[in-house]
Amino acid sequence: MFEALKERVNGDSALVRRGRFLTTTFLLESGDTGWLISIFEGRIVSVTRGPFVMPSSSFALRAAETEWERFFSARPPPGSNDLMALIRRRALKVEGDPKIFMAHLRYFKEALAKLRPAGDVQ
Amino acid sequence: MSPRFEPIVGRYLHLDLFDRPHRLYVEEAGQGMPLLCLHTAGSDTRQYRALMNDARITARHRVVAFDMPWHGKSSPPAGWHNEEYRLTSAQYTTMILSVMAALELERPILIGCSIGGRIALHLALEHPDRFRAIIGLQAGAHLDPYYDLDFLHRPDVHGGEICAAIVSGLVGPDAPEQERWETLWHYMQGGPGVFKGDLFFYKVDGDIRGRVEKIDTNRCPLYLLSGEYDYSCTPEETLHVANSIPGCEATIMRGLGHFPMSENPEQFLKHLLPVLERIGG
Repeated sequence: MFEALKERVNGDSALVRRGRFLTTTFLLESGDTGWLISIFEGRIVSVTRGPFVMPSSSFALRAAETEWERFFSARPPPGSNDLMALIRRRALKVEGDPKIFMAHLRYFKEALAKLRPAGDVQ
Repeated sequence: MSPRFEPIVGRYLHLDLFDRPHRLYVEEAGQGMPLLCLHTAGSDTRQYRALMNDARITARHRVVAFDMPWHGKSSPPAGWHNEEYRLTSAQYTTMILSVMAALELERPILIGCSIGGRIALHLALEHPDRFRAIIGLQAGAHLDPYYDLDFLHRPDVHGGEICAAIVSGLVGPDAPEQERWETLWHYMQGGPGVFKGDLFFYKVDGDIRGRVEKIDTNRCPLYLLSGEYDYSCTPEETLHVANSIPGCEATIMRGLGHFPMSENPEQFLKHLLPVLERIGG
């Protein structure tokens, strides 16, 4: 489900511009399934589905599949409408070094919101 | 063509607070029963721009809002450059009562959002006779930190960007784009460490659990209005407070978030106007 990130993020030139100082690889997990997402200067370079033997990533975002499904719905319900809302409910875990995630928080929120049906930003 | 000005007038008030001189920015519009407005953590009086521009309110109310010290166009006190800003319940209370005295606001209606909603509960408990009524927006009794607050103030993370990004999801889904981003812009403009310093009150010092039930709504009517999409002060938390105070009325505002007066004024006023009507004046 996360494969579409590449096209949708890279197709938004304003989002890519805001991410121009962001180069990293992070791990995104939905239940037991993981994706490694590589970003170079704001553009998504690759989205690779696991399983991985020994993945390298700067940080990891982990949530249950049902949590991501609600987050990616067209109009997410209260508590599922934002990454910080999931974090508040302890439904999303940020592990590893959260500094890159926090320093580029707007980028990560808007990039993941691209997976909603309308590609809307919350 | 004549210039198009809003009816809002802003002035600078000199006031001693906590034994130090302060220069505070104060805005007001309208005439009648005073309505004193308190902005959220890390923001400023611009959040109330719609109230001050709405003739339905200004025809009956003298609407007053001030930027707290360190916020908006108010200065931090001299010596600030060697201090860590941390808002306490005692300071916040003193500041509000001092502004009321300086502006000769006799038993105003108080409306406060978020930290303003929290201090509204403190004031309803400790100074009920000073207010005609109190309206708490997004008012809860306590909030435990759910992220590392140090990220809000460190040189290797942009303060304006992180403060706005932290709160962006608190804006409800129906907010018009212009108002959503105006609301977030205020957060982007906050001074270094100011939002974090306000949250010391919100998440540590201002905890009023176990005391809210002592609020006497016979002495001061208390109305709580909370947005459905607020995950900082959730509807459940507001209802929990309301249910513990006899006579307290609570409304959950569908589709709204944590900044109702700023993110979606049109929808918010549908909830606020009937409350003002009931308070009278």
